[in-house]
Amino acid sequence: MVPLLLAAPLVLYMLAFYALPVLAMLMRSISDPTWSLTHYKDLAGDPVFIKVFWNTLETSFIVTVSTLLLGYPVALALVRAPKWAPLILILILLPFWTSVLVRSYAWMVLMGRHGLINEALLAAGLLERPLRLLNTPLATQIAMTHILLPYMILPIANALRQIDPSLARAASGLGATPFASFRQVTLPLSMPGVAAGVLLVFVLALGFYITPAMVGGPREITLSMLISQQVEELNWAYAATLSAVLLATALGIIALFYRLPGIGNAFTTSGR
Amino acid sequence: MAAELGASVALRDLEKSYDRVAAVAGVSLDIRSGEFLTLLGPSGSGKTTTLMMIAGFETPTGGDIAIDGTSVVGMPPYRRNIGMVFQNYALFPHLTVAENIGFPLKQRGVSKEDRARLVGEALELVHLPGYGGRYPRQLSGGQQQRVALARAIVFKPRLLLMDEPLGALDKQLRENLQLEMRRLHADLGITFIYVTHDQEEALTMSDRIAVMNDGLVAQVGRPEDLYDRPSNRFVASFIGESNFLPAIVRALEDNDVVVAECQGALIRAVCPSRPAAGDKVMLTTRPERLRFTDGAWNSSTPQNRLSVTVTEAVFAGERCRYMLQAGDGTAVVLKEPSSAAIRRRAVGEQAEIAWSVADTILV
Repeated sequence: MVPLLLAAPLVLYMLAFYALPVLAMLMRSISDPTWSLTHYKDLAGDPVFIKVFWNTLETSFIVTVSTLLLGYPVALALVRAPKWAPLILILILLPFWTSVLVRSYAWMVLMGRHGLINEALLAAGLLERPLRLLNTPLATQIAMTHILLPYMILPIANALRQIDPSLARAASGLGATPFASFRQVTLPLSMPGVAAGVLLVFVLALGFYITPAMVGGPREITLSMLISQQVEELNWAYAATLSAVLLATALGIIALFYRLPGIGNAFTTSGR
Repeated sequence: MAAELGASVALRDLEKSYDRVAAVAGVSLDIRSGEFLTLLGPSGSGKTTTLMMIAGFETPTGGDIAIDGTSVVGMPPYRRNIGMVFQNYALFPHLTVAENIGFPLKQRGVSKEDRARLVGEALELVHLPGYGGRYPRQLSGGQQQRVALARAIVFKPRLLLMDEPLGALDKQLRENLQLEMRRLHADLGITFIYVTHDQEEALTMSDRIAVMNDGLVAQVGRPEDLYDRPSNRFVASFIGESNFLPAIVRALEDNDVVVAECQGALIRAVCPSRPAAGDKVMLTTRPERLRFTDGAWNSSTPQNRLSVTVTEAVFAGERCRYMLQAGDGTAVVLKEPSSAAIRRRAVGEQAEIAWSVADTILV
C-alpha cells in the first residue's frame, strides 16, 4: 500500500498531463468528425502515407544499422581499453548532453552549400562546384546516426562489461584465436546489449522530428514531419491517425523484441 | 626414446613486475614430464602470476619459460596447447556442456563426428555422462568444475594448469575431487601444475610442491621433504604447525648434526648447511612429534630433552593439545594422541619433554 501511495503524486500527474491528453488526441482518429474507422481504412490507399511511412522505416533502419556498425567497435574499445575509457566516455557523452537542436544546427553549418565540408573540399581543389549535402536523405541519416550513437554504444558497452573477463582468457587458452574468441564468445554474449541498442535507436528514430525537419530533404519527409504538417493545417483527425500508427509501430517493435529469447530481460537485469 | 605423454617445463629467473613492484621476483623451477607439481603459497606470493605466465596470459618482464626445451615467451596462449582450469571455471554460459567441452576441439578443426565422440569420452572420464545437453547454470559447483576439467583435457594437451580449481567448493566435495584429480593424473600421465593456498590439498595431491613467498620459491620438494625438512622458517611455519626454539650453535657433529644450546640444554638438530659455533640460530620441531617423558623414557633413537611447565591443556577429541613454557618463556606446543590410558597433564605441572634429533631442524 505504502509504495502505491509514494507513487501516487507522479501517477496523478502523468494521468492528468500526459495520458489523458494523448488519449484525447488519439481518440480523434476514430471520433472526428463522427465515430468510424474510415481514417484508418483510407490510410491503406493513401500514396502519401505509404511513401512517408516507408521512408520513415527505411531511415530508421539505415540509422540503426549505421549506429550499430559504428557503435559496436567503440563500445568494445570502451570496455577493453580501460586507460582510454574516460576519454571515450566523455567523447560519447558530451554530444549526448548537448541539445538535439544545437547539434542539428551544427550539422546545417557543416553540410550547407557554403558550409565547412564544401568549403574545405573546394579549397582543396577536390570539387569544382559545391555538393548538395544539406536537405537530402543522406544528411538526415548522417545527423541522426550521430545523435543516436550513444543510445547504441552505452547498452552494448554495458553488456560487454557484464562478460566475465576470464571467458576470453579461457577461450584463448583453449586455442581460440582473438577473432574466433570474439566470434564465438564475446559477440554472442553481447547480443542482449546489441538488441537493447537496436531497439532503442530504431524506436527513437521512428519518431525523430527536429533533425529530419532541419537537415532532411523536402520530399523525403518522415511520419513525424507529416504529423506536424497536418497539425499546422488543423487536420486533427488525420494527424491523430498517423500518430496512432507511429505509436503502434513502436509498440509492435518493442513487443517483438521482448519475445526474442534472452533479450527481453536486457533492460531489467544484468543479462546473466 | 618415445615421446613422453607429459610436457616438461623449465622456468629460468622468471620475473614479473607491475609498476616496478615485483609479483614474481626470479623463479627458477624444473617441472618434470608427467609430474604433479603444486605451487603453494599465501595470496600475493606470486603463484598465480607464475601460472598465468606459463599459460601465456601474462608476459614476463624477465627470464624465460621453456616447454619441452622450447622457449614459449612471446607465443600467444592459443598457440601453446595447454589445458587450463580456472578458479571460477570460466565455462561459456551461452554454450551447452557438450559445446563447452567441444570448444577447444572446434578451434583445432576437429570434425563434428569426432568432436561428439571425444566429448562423450571426456564426459565419461569426469563421471558426467548424459549431461552434454545442459547449460552450465543448470549444474552444481562440483559438476561445473568437472566440466571445466573435461574441457581442459579433451584436446589431449601435454600440460594441464589449474588455478585453485577447488577453492569455491565445500570441504567434502573438495576431498572427493582431490582424489579424482590424483586418479586422473595417474590415468592421463600428463604434467599437472596446480596452484593453491591450501597446504593440505597440496600435501595430499602433489608429487612435488614448490612453496612460494614474496615472488620467490622458498623450497621445492616432495610433500614429506617439506614437512620433515623445511629449509627455512617460512616453509616451517606455512606448512603445518611448528615450534621455534632460539638457540646458539656450540658444536658441529658428523652427518649434518649440529649441537646447539637452548634454554640451558644441549639440543641436537639436523642441518644441511654448516653454521659456525656461536651463531644464533632457530630450531624447529613439529608439535605432534614431542612426547612427555615422565622422567624415565628410553628410546633407541637419539633424543632431545627439555624441561617445561604446562600453561594450557586442551582436549580436542582425537588428540590433546598442550601449551608449554620453557625456562626463558619460549612457548612450545605439544600434540598428543588422546587415550583414556594416558594421564592428562594439569596446568601448572612441571614436565620433561623429548623428541627425536631427526625431527629437529635448524632453519
